[in-house]
Amino acid sequence: MGNFITERMRVCATTGLTVDLDAQRFIKLNAVFGVVSLLIGAIAAYLLALTRWEAVALLDPIDYYKYISLHGLNMLIFWILFMEMAILYFCASTLLNSRNFSRALGYGQFGLMLIGWATVNFSVLSGRASVMMTSYVPLKAEQEFYLGMLLFAVGALLGVINFFGGVYIARRDRTYKGSMPLVVFGALAAAIIAVFTIVHGAIALIPAWLWSLGALEKAPDPGWYRLIWWGLGHASQQINVCAHVAVWYLLATLTVGAKPINQTVCRVAFVLYIMFINLASAHHLLVDPGVGAPWKMWNTSYALYLAVMASMIHGFTVPASIEVAQRKKGIGGLFGWLTKAPWKDPGFSAMFLSLLIFGFGGGITGVTLGTHQINIIAHNTLRIPGHFHMTVAGGTALAFMGLAYYVVPLIFQREYPLRALARVQPYIFGGGIVIMAVGMTLAGSMGVPRRHPDIDFTGARIAVDMGGATPFLAMLGIGGLIAATGAVIFAALTAYAAFFGKSNKGRAMTSWQTPEQDRMTKNLLTTAWNPAEGKLKTTGTVVLTLIFLASFVVYYFANWKALADVWYVK
Amino acid sequence: MSIFPVPNGWVRAPHGAERMWVGLALAWCLVLSAAMPYWHFRGRQTSAGEAYDVNPSDFEKRVAQFVAAGQVGDRNGLPIVEVPPGGHGYLIGKNWQWYPALKLKKGVEYKLHVSSGDYQHGFSLQPVNVNFHVLPGYDHVLTVTPTESGEFKIICNEFCGAGHHAMTGLIVVEE
Ligand code: HEM
Ligand SMILES: [Cu+2]
Ligand SMILES: [Cu+2]
Repeated sequence: MGNFITERMRVCATTGLTVDLDAQRFIKLNAVFGVVSLLIGAIAAYLLALTRWEAVALLDPIDYYKYISLHGLNMLIFWILFMEMAILYFCASTLLNSRNFSRALGYGQFGLMLIGWATVNFSVLSGRASVMMTSYVPLKAEQEFYLGMLLFAVGALLGVINFFGGVYIARRDRTYKGSMPLVVFGALAAAIIAVFTIVHGAIALIPAWLWSLGALEKAPDPGWYRLIWWGLGHASQQINVCAHVAVWYLLATLTVGAKPINQTVCRVAFVLYIMFINLASAHHLLVDPGVGAPWKMWNTSYALYLAVMASMIHGFTVPASIEVAQRKKGIGGLFGWLTKAPWKDPGFSAMFLSLLIFGFGGGITGVTLGTHQINIIAHNTLRIPGHFHMTVAGGTALAFMGLAYYVVPLIFQREYPLRALARVQPYIFGGGIVIMAVGMTLAGSMGVPRRHPDIDFTGARIAVDMGGATPFLAMLGIGGLIAATGAVIFAALTAYAAFFGKSNKGRAMTSWQTPEQDRMTKNLLTTAWNPAEGKLKTTGTVVLTLIFLASFVVYYFANWKALADVWYVK
Repeated sequence: MSIFPVPNGWVRAPHGAERMWVGLALAWCLVLSAAMPYWHFRGRQTSAGEAYDVNPSDFEKRVAQFVAAGQVGDRNGLPIVEVPPGGHGYLIGKNWQWYPALKLKKGVEYKLHVSSGDYQHGFSLQPVNVNFHVLPGYDHVLTVTPTESGEFKIICNEFCGAGHHAMTGLIVVEE
C-alpha cells in the first residue's frame, strides 16, 4: 500500500490519512491564489452593489463595465478554478493514499495559470478589456486578454492531466482496495467535463485572439462564438457542481460522519452530469436568432433535465447521509438530525447552507429560467445574476469556503484566528447572497437589465422609467454589501491563518465542534456501520425534499402564467 | 464514508425512500420536458429563432428605405414609422440606440426584423418584459402581436460598449 517517496510524505495527525508533500505544496499555492482572487472579486463586488443600488449609484458606466469584468473573471473563473485545482491535487493524493503524479506538471499548471491570471487582471484593470468575462465578439479586447485566458486554460488542462495521472498511478500501484472514494469519483467527473470545457474555450478564444492581433481580418461569427463560448461557460458550471457536490460529501463526512446510503445512486448521478451536459450551452441561446425552436427544446430538455435529475438526487442523498449518521448517534425526532447538527462548525454550516441555497434558490430558478419559452421573460434581465449568485456564489463558493475551514488546519497545518468570527462567516456570506439574489430576481421580473449601471438611462433620447424597482435594487445593494463583507472576512481570516495562524504541526487540529459532537463523529468515522440498516430512517430528508419539489412546481407554473400574459411572439 | 474507498460489490439498486425520490425526480423531469413542446403548439409565445444572413450595411439600407416609406412622426429627433398592418417592420440597434421608433396596432400580427449594425445587443421591450438576442449579421425575424395599447420602451440588455446604459427605443401601439 502507498507509493510514496518517504521523505516526501507525512501522516495527518488529525485524520491518519497520508499527505504527499508535493501535492500539499500545490494545494497551498492554488488555494492562496484562489483566495486572493476572491478578495479582488469581493472588492469589485462592493463597487458593483453600490452602483446597482441606484440611490447610491457609485460608479460611472465606464468604470462599472471595468469592474464587472473584473468581478466576473476573478470570481467565476479564477477563485473557482484555483480552488478546483487544489481539490484535484487533494483527491488524487491523500484520498487515494497515493503520491502526486508529476511535479513538472504541477509547476506547469500553477505557473501558466498564474501568468494567465496576472495578464488578464492587468488587462482588465488597465481598462484594456472591459468586455465582460464573456467577451462576446465583435466587442474587442486587447490581445493579451485572450492570450491570458488561453494560458490560464492550458494551465488548468495540465492540472487535469496531472490528476488523471494521479488516478492512474494509484490504480497501478494498488494504493487502495476496492473502488475509489465517492469524493474522488465526483472529482473525476469534474475533471472529465473540464476537458470538454477547455477544448470549447480554446475553439472560441483562439480565433478571437488572432482577430484582435490582426492576424484574422474578420471577427468570428457572433452566433457561432456564443454557441462555442457557452460550451465553455456552461460546461464549466457543471464542473463547479460536480466539485461542490463532492465537497458536500467530503464535509458531511468530516463534520458529522455522514455515509451515503447507496453509493451506486450517488455515482450514477455523477455519471449523468458527464453524459448530459455537453449541449447545455443551448439554454444560453434560447432567444437567439439562427437556432430553431426544436433545437432549443431538445437541447434544454435532453441535455439539461437529466443533469437536473442528477442534482435532485444529490439533493436527497447528501442530507439523507447526514440524517442516518445523526440517527446512528442516537439523535431522534423528525428534524433532530438538523437542529442538533454542529451549526457552529463553519465546515458544516457552509456545506448545509450551500446545499439549501443551491437547491431551493439556484436550482429552482435555473431550471425555470432555462425553459425555452420562459426565457423570453427573463433573458439578460437581473433575474439571471439573481439565479447564478445562488448557484455559484451561495452554492459553489460557499461550499469551498467551508472546505477551507478544514484545508487550512489540515494542509497548511495552521489554525484560524478569531474563531467566533469564522463561525458566523458562512451565515453572513450566505445570508447576504440570498438577500441580494432575491432583490435581483424581483428587479429582473420588472425588466431591469443585467450588466447595466444606470436604470435612469441618463442621456438616452427616449426616457425610460423603471422606478418601480427601486426597493428591490436597494435589497440588492444591502444584501450585496453583507455578502461582500462575508467574503472579505473569509479571505482575511484564511489569509491570516495560512501565513500566521498558530501552527498545529504534529497534533490534531483544534476541532470546530463541542467535545461531545467531536467524539460521536470520530466514533462513526472509525467504526463499521451500515447506513442502510432498517432502523435508520430518512423521514426528515423525505419531508425536506417534498417541500423542495412543491416549491419547484409552484415557481415553475407561476412563470408559465406570467409568460402567458405577455404579447404574442414567436 | 465518502472519503474512503468502497469494498467491491457496492453496486445495488436504490431502496425505500431513495428509490421513491429518484422516481419522483425522473417524473418531474419528464413533465419539464413535455411542457416546452406543449407550449410550442398551444401557447402564444416562443422563440423560433427565425433569422437570415444579412450584411450589416445592407440591413442599414433596408432600415433607411423603411423609414423613408413610412415615417409618420418624430420623437426627440427619432423618426416614428408606421408598420403596415400585417407587414414588415425594421429595427436596428446601432450606436447605442434602437432606430427607428415603430408604430403598431393592437391585435395585429407583424413581422419585425431586428438586427445590429455593430455589436451584440439585447432587445428588451418594457414594461412588457419580452427579450430577444440581437446579433450583427443576423436578420432576426420576430412575429409579434401586441396585446395592449400604449407606449412601450425598448432597452438594451446585452452589454454593447461604452453607451450601453443609455441605449433605448420606442414602440407605440394604438387601439
Ligand atoms: C461577494 C459577494 C458578491 C456580490 C456583492 C456580488 C455582486 C454582483 C453584482 C452586483 C453583479 C452585477 C450584476 C449586473 O449588473 O449584471 C455581479 C455579477 C456577477 N457575479 Fe457577483 N457578487 C458576489 C459574489 C460572486 C461570486 C462568489 C461569484 C462566483 C463565484 C460571482 C459571480 C458573478 C458573475 C459571473 C457575474 C456576472 C458578470 C457579467 O455579467 O459578466 N459573484 N455580482
Ligand atoms: Cu445594445
Ligand atoms: Cu447594450
